[in-house]
Amino acid sequence: MNVPLNVKNRLQQKRKKDHDRTLKIGKSNNIKLLSFPYIIWMAGFIIIPLFMILYYGLTNKNKHITLENITLISNPINQKALLLALELALISTVICLLLAYPLALILRKSHKRNNSFIVLIMILPMWMNFLLRTIAWQNILEKTGVLNNILSLLNLPTLNIINTPTAIVLGMVYNFLPFMVLPIYNVLVKIDKDVINAARDLGANGWQTFAKIILPLSIPGVISGITMVFVPALTTFVISTILGGSKIVLIGNVIEQQFRLGNWHTGSGLSLVLMVFILLSMAILSKYDKESEGSHIW
Amino acid sequence: MVKKFFERFYIGIILLFLYAPIIILIGLSFNKSKSRSKWGGFTFHWYKELFQNREIMNALYTTLIIAFLSALIATIIGTAAAIAMNSMRKTPRTILMGITNIPMLNADIVTGISLMLIFVALRYTLGFTSVLIAHITFNIPYVILSVMPKLRQLNPSTFEAALDLGATPVYAFFKVILPDIFPGVISGFFLAFTMSLDDFVITHFTKGPSINTLSTKIYTEVRKGIKPEMYALSTLLFVTVLLLLIIINRRGVTKKAPITKI
Repeated sequence: MNVPLNVKNRLQQKRKKDHDRTLKIGKSNNIKLLSFPYIIWMAGFIIIPLFMILYYGLTNKNKHITLENITLISNPINQKALLLALELALISTVICLLLAYPLALILRKSHKRNNSFIVLIMILPMWMNFLLRTIAWQNILEKTGVLNNILSLLNLPTLNIINTPTAIVLGMVYNFLPFMVLPIYNVLVKIDKDVINAARDLGANGWQTFAKIILPLSIPGVISGITMVFVPALTTFVISTILGGSKIVLIGNVIEQQFRLGNWHTGSGLSLVLMVFILLSMAILSKYDKESEGSHIW
Repeated sequence: MVKKFFERFYIGIILLFLYAPIIILIGLSFNKSKSRSKWGGFTFHWYKELFQNREIMNALYTTLIIAFLSALIATIIGTAAAIAMNSMRKTPRTILMGITNIPMLNADIVTGISLMLIFVALRYTLGFTSVLIAHITFNIPYVILSVMPKLRQLNPSTFEAALDLGATPVYAFFKVILPDIFPGVISGFFLAFTMSLDDFVITHFTKGPSINTLSTKIYTEVRKGIKPEMYALSTLLFVTVLLLLIIINRRGVTKKAPITKI
């Protein structure tokens, strides 16, 4: 490469200048004022409310500062609920990833131009109410349900999974699978075709191209997907109520019950414990997601 | 060939998994028997009953009004914020984007509880407005994330050209910028509408005893059994949306579809 150094520098500077040039409407300070309602709104209804949980979680009914709401997590019932929720959320996340990644790979190939279609297919079920869709799984899974009817038609042994942790995992995978597929698909379609072709030209076979090019480039999407599935799965109380019967209690159920009974301080304290796990996964996400500023999520 | 077949098969299995419950719900809406687990023959009865059922119609009305208003207000606030953020330097933009991500990444139960606590602290009676405010709050991020990519693709020169040719900034905004980012704005609106419609957890904590959306109404019926009219209503909603999307996508073949790029 015999490009003179000064030309190269100038090129780089020009590129940088182009890059810095963003849209400016009127005086750029005026346009920044447009974010004012948003900032007020988010401060009032996102930031301050989170501090309210902190306040309630760290005080008791007499407004004395205390840690007893948080230490309640070590109570055997609560501890069991938290551990079970962590376990089921982890299992569902892994299953979602295993199902979603191949799907995203296939979709990337088959609908190069039609990416709106994929998003639609994934979002469309949301127009049927989420509670009803979960209730429909009762129909499929129960003793005389659809699944067992099909199994007995085929002379296979019937399954008894309704009101077990398995049913809850199934409900989680069902409800949160789209949140794993979409971010992975979004990064996969953005991978430059030339990069893949270059790898092929340089002699990499299909598997090597996948392992050395596609997989590493798709990691940000995978991480987004994992957070988008793990957090709602960890904190759900609806899926466990509908598919787990009344005996299986997750940490979400415990918190919901505390609030239903009016024990806001206890509920907030347990929420703070839950938020530790949420913050952890957010931290992991932001570590991998510096560049895109969150655009992998959708 | 084998590979292609296998890929098709895999997509088919996943689609079956995603849509099986929906098929079952549609089936249940035509079920003569009131019980969820017994098939009593085909009927249109529940569709007729549906329109006579005051409670369900009220819940539907509340749900649609909240979805529409929250999506509209979130679209206005979110689009304005996205335009402002796009012209900011990196650090403030990253901070604001981080705040935008909080409601998306945070658990619904935490968002719901925190909003309930703030309403109670302000001695604000839980009801229609508190639910509306909550829905606007979790909808704004979806709008911002839909509009942002469109703003990035904009060519700033077109706006400057409009100004040079004598347009006022506001006029130039509506004539030059808005048409370009409009697909993003529309998809943000529809995404927000859908999210609002499908929300249960946040509504559950912020609604108070006086109102019900479809979700919260269904939740109260989980233990005693869902009224079959509910299946009929959700089937109608689902089919309506499906038809609308098919029509839009058909037209989108000639003119690029507006809804969908997210």
